[in-house]
Formats: sequence, C-alpha cells, structure tokens
Amino acid sequence: MKDKFIKAQQEKLTLGVIDRRQFMTSAIAAGIAIPTALSLASDAIAATPKKGGKFRMGLGHGSTTDTLDSGTSENHFTLVNGYTFGNHLTEINNEGKLVGELAETFESDDGKTWVFNLRKGVEFHNGKTMTSEDVLASYEHHMGEKSTSAAKGSLSPVKSIKADGKYKVIMELDSPDTDFPYIVSDYHISIRPAGDMTSGVGTGGYIVQSFEPGVKSVLKRNPNYWKEGAAHFDEVELLSIVDPNARQTALISGEIDAMDRVDLKTINLMKRNPNINIMQATGTAHYTFPMRLNVDPFGDYDLRMALKWAVDRQELVDKILLGYGAVGNDIPIGTANYFHNSDLPQREFDADKAAFHYKKSGHSGKIQLSAADAAFAGAVDAAQLMANSAKKAGIDIEVIREPNDGYWSNVWNNDAKGWCACYWGGRPAETMMFSAAYVAESKWNDTMWKTTDSAVKFNQLVKDARKELDESKKRDILYECQRLIYDDGGLLCPLFNSYVSANSKKIAHGKIAANWDSDGAKCVERWWFA
Amino acid sequence: MHPVVKTVLERLGLGLATLFFVSIIIFSAIEMLPGDFGQAILGQAALPETVAAFRQELGLDKPAYIRYFDWALGAIQGDLGTSFSGRNASGADRSAEVVDKIAPRLWNTLFLASMAALIAVPLSLILGILTALYHNSFFDRSVNTATLTTISFPEFFVAYILILFFASLNQIFPSLANVDPDTNFGERIYRTALPAFTLTLVIVAHMMRMTRAAIINLLASPYIQMAKLSGASQTEIILKHALPNAWAPIATVIAFNLAYLVVGVVVVEVVFVYPGVGQLMVDAVRTRDIPVVQGCALIFAVTYILLNLIADIIGIVTNPRLLHPK
Repeated sequence: MKDKFIKAQQEKLTLGVIDRRQFMTSAIAAGIAIPTALSLASDAIAATPKKGGKFRMGLGHGSTTDTLDSGTSENHFTLVNGYTFGNHLTEINNEGKLVGELAETFESDDGKTWVFNLRKGVEFHNGKTMTSEDVLASYEHHMGEKSTSAAKGSLSPVKSIKADGKYKVIMELDSPDTDFPYIVSDYHISIRPAGDMTSGVGTGGYIVQSFEPGVKSVLKRNPNYWKEGAAHFDEVELLSIVDPNARQTALISGEIDAMDRVDLKTINLMKRNPNINIMQATGTAHYTFPMRLNVDPFGDYDLRMALKWAVDRQELVDKILLGYGAVGNDIPIGTANYFHNSDLPQREFDADKAAFHYKKSGHSGKIQLSAADAAFAGAVDAAQLMANSAKKAGIDIEVIREPNDGYWSNVWNNDAKGWCACYWGGRPAETMMFSAAYVAESKWNDTMWKTTDSAVKFNQLVKDARKELDESKKRDILYECQRLIYDDGGLLCPLFNSYVSANSKKIAHGKIAANWDSDGAKCVERWWFA
Repeated sequence: MHPVVKTVLERLGLGLATLFFVSIIIFSAIEMLPGDFGQAILGQAALPETVAAFRQELGLDKPAYIRYFDWALGAIQGDLGTSFSGRNASGADRSAEVVDKIAPRLWNTLFLASMAALIAVPLSLILGILTALYHNSFFDRSVNTATLTTISFPEFFVAYILILFFASLNQIFPSLANVDPDTNFGERIYRTALPAFTLTLVIVAHMMRMTRAAIINLLASPYIQMAKLSGASQTEIILKHALPNAWAPIATVIAFNLAYLVVGVVVVEVVFVYPGVGQLMVDAVRTRDIPVVQGCALIFAVTYILLNLIADIIGIVTNPRLLHPK
C-alpha cells in the first residue's frame, strides 16, 4: 500500500504535478525517514540522460506563413523550433531560474548598464565562431528603425549597444531595469551569425536539415554543441498537427513520441492508455476579463469590486478548464513567478459582498461583456457562467458574442467595448508583465488603469522595482504593486490555465519548466529516450 | 470547319470569359475580407507603427483597381506575385513566390486526387454498369444502400472511422499522411492510402448512381428495344448501345467530382495532416496572405472550368448524333 503510494508520488514528481517539497511532505507523512525520502526523490528525477533515437513531436500550431526568422516567431511551433536550433544570451532553466546561456555571466551595478560576458568557443552551425559582432548584428535585426521584429517593443528601452572586445557586449538602457536579463531570454531574440538572420543557422543543439512551413521541421544533433547534458536525441522531427484528434491518434498509434495541447474533452480516454503519460504545468499563462476604466461604468471602484466578487472562479476552473488550471486572484502574476504575492486573500464568489459594492456603485441596468473564442477556448461559455453567478448577486451581465475574426483589433483594447475576454501568456519577471499591460505608457494597457491614486502609485513603484537591486526590498515593492492591482485595478483574472501535454512513456525528462508549454519550449534539448 | 472543332473552340472561348469574371469576383471578395494582414501576422502584440510599416511595404495603400490589373496581368504570364509572409524590413526578404509556395502543395493535392480518382472512377463505373444490368436485384439494392450510407456521413467522420479501424485498433496504415518532396513513390502511396479511401467513399455514390440512372433511362428508348428484338444480349446492349449515349451525363458528374477532389478536400487534409493546397489556402486566409489566397482561388477556378470543358468535349465527341452530322 505504502509502496504503491510512494511510487505514484514519484511519478507525479517526475511529471511535475507536485514539486520536490510536496513529495517530501507526502513521503514523510507516509512514515518514511527524511534521508530515505530524499533519495527516493532523486531516484525519480535523476535518471541519467541517454543519447540516441529519433524524436518525433506533434505540435498543435504551425502555419504556412512561419519562417526561421525569430523576429516573426508567433506560435508555439516556431517557438519550439527556434529554441531547438538557436540559443539566446540568457535562458530560464527548468526550475524557473534565470541563468546565462550564450552569455556566461551578466552583471550591472546600477541596473542601467548591463555587461554580458559571452561564452568562448561557441560555434555556429556554419562553423563560424560566435563573437560580440554576431550579438550586435542579431540585436540590430530586432531594434533597427524599420525592423518588423515582434521584439522591437521589448527592446525599446535599450539606448545603445556596443562591443568591448570579442567577448563582451555592453547594453545601455534609458532607465534602470534590474529584470532586463529576463528580456534577453525571449524567444524572439535568438543569436544568429552576422549577415544571416533568417536562414536558421544558430548555435543550438540541433541543426536544421529541412523546414517546410506549416508542415514540419527536420533537425539532427549538433555534434559540436557547447552545452553540457543537453540535446540527447540523434534526430528530431517537429510536425505541425493542428487537428487535436489527429495529434492524439498519432501519439496513440506511435507515430509521434510527444504532443502538446491535449484536448481536455478526451483526456480521460488518453489517460487509460498504458503507454502514455499526461503532463500538466501551471505557469504564468492566464485568462482575463479586463475592464476599461475610461469607459462607463467601469471607472467606478465599487462596480469593479462588485464584479470581482461576483465570479465563481472555482466553477470556471472546473467547467472551462475541466480542472486543468488554477483560480486567479485578479493579479497577472501566478504562483510560478518568483515574487508572487501569496499574502493576498484568494477572492471567491461572494454574493453579499458583490451586492454590497454593486448597490454602493449606484449602477442599474445591463453591463455588457464581450467575448469570443478567439480570446481563449471557452471564453464565451466562461462569460455566460459569469453572467449566471452575477445574477445571484443581482447584477445583470449581458454577454455579447463577438466574431473571432478581427477580435484583437475591434474588440480587445478598444474603447468601443468596456469589458471583454482576453488571454496573456504571462512573463517570467513581474516587472515585465506590468510593463506589458499595466503601466500607464504601455500600448497594450487594456484596463486603462492610469489615473486613479493607486494607479499613479503603482506606476511609481514599478519604476522603483526596476531600479532595486536588493532582493528583499524588491519583494516588498512588487508585493505592494500586486496589492494595488488586486484592489483597485481593472483586471478581473479568474483563471490560470495549465499547459497539458502528453508523451509516450519511452520519453524521460527532469523537472518540467512552467514558463512555456513543452518544458519551457525546450523539450527537444532537455528530454531523452529512457 | 468540322462542327465538333467549332463547338470545342466555342466552349474554350466561353471558358476564358468565365475565368475573367471569376478573377474579378475573387479579387473583390478578398477586398471585402475583414481585418488586416499586418495585424493578423504580427498578432495581438503588434504595435500600430509596425503594422503601418508592413502595409506600406506591401503596397496595400494603392487603390484596388490598380492592384487588380497588376495582379491579373501577372497571372496571365504565370506570375502570381509574391507572398506577404516571410518579409522583414531589416534587409532580408525571404518571402517566397506564390507559385513556389503553391506548386509543391498542388502536386500533393493532385497526387491524392489522382489516387482517389484511380480507385473511385473505375469502381463507380463498374458498379454503375453492374447495378444497371441487374437493377432492382438484391445486389443493386445493397450497393445503393452502401454507397448512399458513405456519402451521407460528413467526410471527417468517415476519416475518423477509417483511422479507428485501420490506424488505431489495427495498425495497418499510418494515420498521418505527412509526405514531403523526398518521400519515395511507394511510401507516398502507403501514406496517402487512408485519405484516398476516405475520398473514394465520399464520391463513389454520386458517380455510380449517375451511371446507373443514365443507362437505365436509355434502356427504355426505342432503339434499345430494337436492339433487343434483333437478339443482342443484355451485356452487349448496355456496353455497345446504351453506354455511348450515356457518356455525356457520366462525364459531367465525373468532372464535377474530380474538381471536388482538387478544391474541396481541406477537411480530409486537416484530419490526415496532409500538406495539400486546401490547407495552404485556409492558412493564407487566416493570415491575410492575399496573393496566396488569390492564387489558390484562381487555380481552383481553372480546375473547375478545365474539367467541365473536358466533360463537355467528351459529351460531344461521344455523341453519335454530333459525330456524324447529316
């Protein structure tokens, strides 16, 4: 009985369903001594990687307009493919920690001037040695005046970039940002050889053999890969299989070894298959319903508060995510983030509080909520459920079903609609998430939370946080930022969705990262055949 | 001039005129698509300046009629323009020619269509003739029921059923038909077996029933009665006397179904992950890759017009009355 339990827990640990601490707690609760429990945990995780084999993965994205230029990378297929053949200055490891990648180390005294010390002896697939010249060219590709790179916005704080010798790059920001090294780990900003930003030559663990947009990418291992203990497969085939049923059939019949985005409706059937593991990781991705403060009636604090209390979040997790996710707490920072403010009480459905605030707001009549499944799968259903629960508090929400086409230009972040559904992939660093959508100058500030006292204070605090090099002080500031959004902001964030994927039991791996789907989109470099 | 040649030339001229009107319709329909290419490819995160830079570079700010003539003149010379995707303004332009994008996909689609046609056309002709020969028999009724059943289900359902039995429960054929240009011929046939069977099941009923009906119709005509009286056998009557007069309607239906195989199989392509031209067009619509959409639509139009033209010609040249004018 006990053995069986421990075995199950071990499996959960390797799948990333529970972490090491949770494993230890349950093992000790089951009456196992601490040293034994520790070694049990290591047994489960530290299976040594083996080299070899052909890894075939089916991905639920990919389109004929995809390219190998990381600047236009916009879907999970290009993301996984990009991380497979390319490296970046920094990376987020599977523990969620930021570490150097092509930059061996990076440092700053004031948060404004960043020095990246490049790794020596790294070779591109074309045989050229990687130096500061290539880093400069790669950054120019995303920062140039006419650049159409999607990373242009996130690199806009970079005032100047210059090389200091062959292995040192210095970047000067226009204002301090202690989280800047997170930005350079972004999948868009891949380091390529100077003069060739688009043909798919990188420094990564695999070399692109052929790439057919919207169909597949074929790669083979880079024998000169610099990274230790990474890139274990001999050959890799990434397939774009957009139809979930086709993807699942391919996994069941053994035509692929792993897949992303399991269809939650049929997940129980998949679970019954003895050769398949289901994995889930709750990361930074979340579903939101932003209320625009500059559109009536959402400028009213009590009305916003009434709506925040009127949502049955657990019901949404159960019915929209079928349990694969977590309740949100009206902050865009999830438990996977390092400085997640866990002191804020979890908001739950409370008809009395909702009715109290609604009455205080003095609003009457219908409140319109726009939704389309373009925002996220099940957004319209989620809006209907919210309307139902709000009715219990006497609030009348009218759900407007919007067309999927043009949703991001005509509905979201548009003053024509005060309240709509949206999703965010989240960001690894808190200040990055705030900069993306919550600071006053952001173009994607979809709540228009800019002028209230709390918002003004928030904007100042985010600037302070970017300057702060001391961790505990930074924590205090970021906690306060989250409290301000939680209390006053226009953000209604009821759900953090999990990434649910499946793979054949032949595949082995360490702890699963949660910053992106597919082990931080780096599964190809991290996994191996058991 | 021989009347057959004259009719063929007439039809050809009509076909070209149709193509001209179709090209105008395609162009205006695409003009009316909502949304914006820049926004569609750059996603939720695109900044207005970035989108504006894209639009200018692609010439989307020019008036529609100028863009139509640019496109139509190019298309006549076999140049369908350059795809909108794969561009970036920092110097490198990796955007592909539309022709280069469509050609490999079109080859895949034609391959699958020929596979399906090679099975479906003879099968439905034989079944049609046999059911006409033995009409109202048990054989006739069971073939009719079976083919009507398969045509009644949506094609993705037929596809999933085939996957269930031939790929999932018994792993005889692969469920993924992901071929690439390096796939050899035998492997290609093996990989496209299930999609070809699916398409066969979907189109057989239409062709087979038309064959049967056309022949049975003729069996009531006086000249068949005459043949019967002169002692010809049933097989001889059908193959020698009825069939030549039945070719016209049969050819029309076959042409219609072949055209469908080329232009309408996007659902089957998605289910079997087959890199065909339908998927390319759907992707292109989603990302507003207008030159690719226009190119695909034009090729589809040509396919329809061409196949119908061939059917017309077959109808004419097999028609004894037209072949031997008084």
